[in-house]
Formats: sequence, C-alpha cells, structure tokens
Amino acid sequence: MANVIAVLEQRGGTLKRVSHEVLTVARGLADGFGGEVHALLVGAPGIETDGLGGFGADKVFVVADDALANYQADQYAAVAAGQAGAADCAAVIVGATAMGKDLAPRIAAKLACPLATDVTSATYDGGIVAVRPVYGGKAVYTLKITSTPCVVSIRPNAIAPKQSDKAGVVEAASADVGAPRAQTVEIKAPESEALDVAEASVVVGGGRGLKEAEHFKLLEDLAGALGGAVGASRAVVDAGWRPHAEQVGQTGKVVSPNLYFAVGISGAIQHLAGIRTAKTIVAINKDPDAPIFKVADYGIVGDLFEVMPKLTEEIKKIREA
Amino acid sequence: MKIAVCVKRVPDSEARIKIGADAKSIDESGVKFVLNPYDEYAVEEALKLKEAAGSGEVIAISVGSDSSLETIRTALAMGADGGVLLKSDAMPIDPLPVAQALAAELKDGAYDLIVFGKVAIDDYSHGVGVMVAELLGLPCVSAIAALEIVEGKGKAEREVEGGVEVVEFSLPAVLTAEKGLNDPRYPALRGIMMAKKKPLEVKDADLGAGGIEVVGLAYPPERQAGRIVGEGVDAVPALVDALRNEAKVL
Repeated sequence: MANVIAVLEQRGGTLKRVSHEVLTVARGLADGFGGEVHALLVGAPGIETDGLGGFGADKVFVVADDALANYQADQYAAVAAGQAGAADCAAVIVGATAMGKDLAPRIAAKLACPLATDVTSATYDGGIVAVRPVYGGKAVYTLKITSTPCVVSIRPNAIAPKQSDKAGVVEAASADVGAPRAQTVEIKAPESEALDVAEASVVVGGGRGLKEAEHFKLLEDLAGALGGAVGASRAVVDAGWRPHAEQVGQTGKVVSPNLYFAVGISGAIQHLAGIRTAKTIVAINKDPDAPIFKVADYGIVGDLFEVMPKLTEEIKKIREA
Repeated sequence: MKIAVCVKRVPDSEARIKIGADAKSIDESGVKFVLNPYDEYAVEEALKLKEAAGSGEVIAISVGSDSSLETIRTALAMGADGGVLLKSDAMPIDPLPVAQALAAELKDGAYDLIVFGKVAIDDYSHGVGVMVAELLGLPCVSAIAALEIVEGKGKAEREVEGGVEVVEFSLPAVLTAEKGLNDPRYPALRGIMMAKKKPLEVKDADLGAGGIEVVGLAYPPERQAGRIVGEGVDAVPALVDALRNEAKVL
C-alpha cells in the first residue's frame, strides 16, 4: 500500500482549477497502488478546503501560514518532500503551472527520484504510465516510470476532473521548514487584467496579418466578448507588437483551450505545434492556401479587418441574448 | 565573476520531426540542430554580467554526444571563454541523472552563478536546472524575465499566471532564463574564428538510466482539416452558427 500526494495550488487564497485535475490523477493512481490520496495545500490561513473529498482526497493536509501565502519555492518544496518522505509514497502529483514547473523538479531532486513533467495523462498499469508531448507537441512519448517514489506534473486543461466520494478529512500540518535560500518578496500585478493565455478557455491569436500592433484591438475586442485571452505568433512577438508572455507555439506556450481563433496567422510548424491540443480551431486568413486551414475545424477566407468586427458583433449579440 | 552556462543541442523549432525505426526516438537524419533557444538567453545574460563586472569567465557546459561540441562552440562564438562536454552517447529521459552529472561537474567550480535556459525545446522537461540547484543546495529562481545583481545580491522577476513574482537571493545561485530576459547576440565571424582556439574539455559522463523507460514515441493524432465556411464578412453568421450548434463552444 502506497499513498499518492496531490499538491494543490492556490493563488491569492483561491484554489486553482488545476488542483481538481491533480486530485483526479492522484485518485486514479492511488486506486492502482492500493493507497490513499493525501492532498497538500500550503498558503495563508482560511483557504476553502470543503469538497476536496469530492475530487478524490482521502485526507487534506493544510499548512496555513501567512508567511507562505505566496509561492515560496524552498519552503513549499521542503513541505512536499517532507510529506512524501514521512509516509510510504508512490508518487507526488503537481500541476504543470508556473508554480508546478518550478516546484516539481525541486521535490524530485530532494527525493532523488524520477521526474515526468507536463504529462497529459498518468494512469496505473502495474506502475505509472505517462503520456508526454515533446518537441513542442510534434511527437508524444509514452513513458513507464520504473521506480517509486516519483514526481509527475500534469498539464493544465488536459485532464477532465472526475467526481469521487472520499472523506477529504482536513488535518493541520507543520510548516517548520527552515529559512529559504531565495524568497519571493512581492507579486506585481500584471500590466493588464488579461487572463493568461495558457489558462484561458478561449484564445484569440494574432499574427503578421494584423499588419501593426494597434490592430490587435480587434482581437482584444473578441477576447473580451468571450472572456478569453489574446495570444500571438512568434513573428509578432519578435517584432515587439505583443509581450512574449502571450506567445503561442514551441518557443512560447502550448495551449489547450476549448476554442482557438487563428487570425492572420499563416500557421508555421512551430505555431501549429502549440495549438494542436486545442479542442476547436477557427482560422481567419485571406490566403486560402495558408497551412493553418489544414488544421482548422472552421475557416473563413477573407479580410480579417472586415471579418473580425462583424464576428465580435455577432458573438456579443448571442452573449447578450 | 565566474559563470557557468549549461546548454543543450536540440532540433531547430522549424524542423519536422520524424520518428525513428525503433519507435522510441527521433530520426536525426536531415534535422538541423541548434543551441536550445532558451539557452541563448542564458548565454547572453552570462556574457552581459561578465561584461558589467569588468572581469570574469563564462564556461559553457553540455551533456551529450560529440555532436554537442558544435553547440558548445556556438556559445564560445557568442563570447563564452571555455567549454566542457560531459560526454554521453545515451541521454536518459529522466532528468535526474543529467542533473546529477552536471551537479558533480559544477560542485567544485567556484561559480558565482550557474545559468540555464528555462526549458529545452526537445524534451520539455523544465527539470534539470532547478534540480541542479537543489542537488547543490543553492538558491534558485526559474524562468526569469528580468535580473539585477548588486554586490553579491540578486533580484529576479518571473512571470506567473496573473502576475510577476519578484524573488531575492544571494550568490552563488542558479537561474533559468525565460524569453524576454535579453536579446541574444549573434556570433560574429570574428567570434566564430576565435571560438576555435578556446579551451574545450571533453570528459566522460557516466549517466545512469534513471527511473523512466520509454515505451514509445509516436506522432500526435493528426487534426483533420475542417471546412471553409465561406468567404469574407458574409460568412460570419455561418461560422457563429457552426461554433454554437455544431462545435458547441459558444
């Protein structure tokens, strides 16, 4: 019997959606190993922990400390590795967010154990079998993890949370983890209130076809109407039209939104790699031979400067209806 | 200031990936390999810091086969002073053995800073740099988009979902570079010529296999081309209808 640790993530005291996905994966693995899911939540006191049993947590260990309200890499890693080391642990599951990408290798190094990052699936088949896109999504590994414990980070939005009916008993845990080597002293608010392109369920991506930076207003309008985020091709980021945080593709972010609009994007191979797992792709481009149409579910061949305002208007009508 | 930059040889992001005959690795024939793009930011930052300090040394280190010598030479051509190849023909998919080999090399190097790219665009692990820091017990900030170092103290910014974390640390430390940290210089012809004369040491690295086995490498499911709903602005209602009633995403 070996337990699986699910490292939950909160920001500003609110649990992130990826935490439910982490719990869902942990539940499946714990059932395979014949153990329990021990969720771990680190943050300021007062974070809502009700209902985590509903996603598969047998126990929820809460480290509540005002000093740990924001992600503090050294202390969070020490808490998680301590938790894994204290009990018979088969795996530690983390979301592959900005936090998880930093945290997972720290835990794995502390435990001197294997690390599989940014997986789109992790299931039990006599051990953990993980599926991991590589080369920016141009190929996919199937991996078998041959020793325990191990650390696995899962790609946000790739796994549908499943309901469960475990107890989710909350226990306070200790945060006596020593002094940090590096310390987060401040979280600066983003320049805009925009949603992160990797987290949004709708992404409106723009490319060179927009002709100049100011024209991204057309995309912001549609993203605004849909509660989505604006994304950008490498070409327009390199041209300085948009911040690199918005870049979608192999050297930017790999996104899996429900709906991706490729506007004035021809579809370079490294960009296509980044949107391959989007559920629905819409392309708007004046060139009928643009490679983007080969992967798009729906396309309009036309002038984006005419199409976009009309599209935003039509969608607003539906939203308001 | 003595700085190590850890670099990796990867297929160019524009390269088409072909799965090899073993169905576990890629077919490298005809593929253009480059210095990992994120490592370019790491090399540039190291060079800038050395230049600002007025003295020091930048050493480029890679784990890989002999082919990685070319990758190290790219860093030397950009301006690094020396290179070390930790030679291994096999590269485990588990980042731990790679991190252990690098940590063993870096441990006694008296480096003030060790810089990595935040991720290699081949296996996308985001793992080795941060692991090296943990193995060496050093402060670490990953995926940094801004950096300031004054008198042995550092301040770095990393972009996270919905904000920017400002992290303080003291040297020696490990950093991993995000796009936007700087504008990497192109190796000039003079740099390329000089790179040939710079010291480049090759050591055998005895990498363990790690705890992850590759079962298979495959192409992702192909997306089927959909349909063109129409031309120009007149096609908008048909598109909205399809998104709403067919794809059910509105």
